[in-house]
Amino acid sequence: MIVNVLAFGIAKDIFGSSSIEVELRIADVKSLKALLEERYSRLAALKSYMVAVNNEYATDDRVLATTDEIAIIPPVSGG
Amino acid sequence: MIDVKISDKALDIQSCIDWVSTPECGGIDVFIGTVRNATKGKAVTRLEFEAYEAMALSEMKKIAEQVLIKWPVQRIAIHHRVGVLAIGEIPVVIAVSAAHRDAAFDACRYAIDTLKQKVPIWKKEVFEDGEVWVGATP
Repeated sequence: MIVNVLAFGIAKDIFGSSSIEVELRIADVKSLKALLEERYSRLAALKSYMVAVNNEYATDDRVLATTDEIAIIPPVSGG
Repeated sequence: MIDVKISDKALDIQSCIDWVSTPECGGIDVFIGTVRNATKGKAVTRLEFEAYEAMALSEMKKIAEQVLIKWPVQRIAIHHRVGVLAIGEIPVVIAVSAAHRDAAFDACRYAIDTLKQKVPIWKKEVFEDGEVWVGATP
């Protein structure tokens, strides 16, 4: 299954793009994170990061669908 | 009542204060974030703010809703700016009105502290000789 992943802040720099396409064998957040960390070592080196699905923070067991809006949320620093 | 906003234009502090002001309130607490000229002794030339706008607005609304549940607060406005900001400019304004000051102070403090932890907005500090996404790397 191919999902589109949005990137913000430093994640955008790491991916070199504000969105990337990723092919997942197992469609959940945990698998997405593992695949991205394998492909982008700088992502794994961040202090932390979260995955958001449809504008909500998602846990590792969250199942993904092709229609979901998925985003990588590096440590936030607003204010 | 809740007013949340993300804007690439200068924030209007007075309009936030006016919006939260009601005849029932006995006090208004306002937090104004400003762009500081240095971080850890190193001169900052500007800040660049980026938001995941739809989610950021949703998270800001959640914070405001929590405030209304936790404290006897009448109104809360949370406005955040995005784009390039110079030293002294204002990235965030939070205004809270309540019948009594304790609730207004506590709610305003909670709102800015939670915003900094939860709302998907990022700032990049730009120095003379480089730039860094704040808090991203260990």
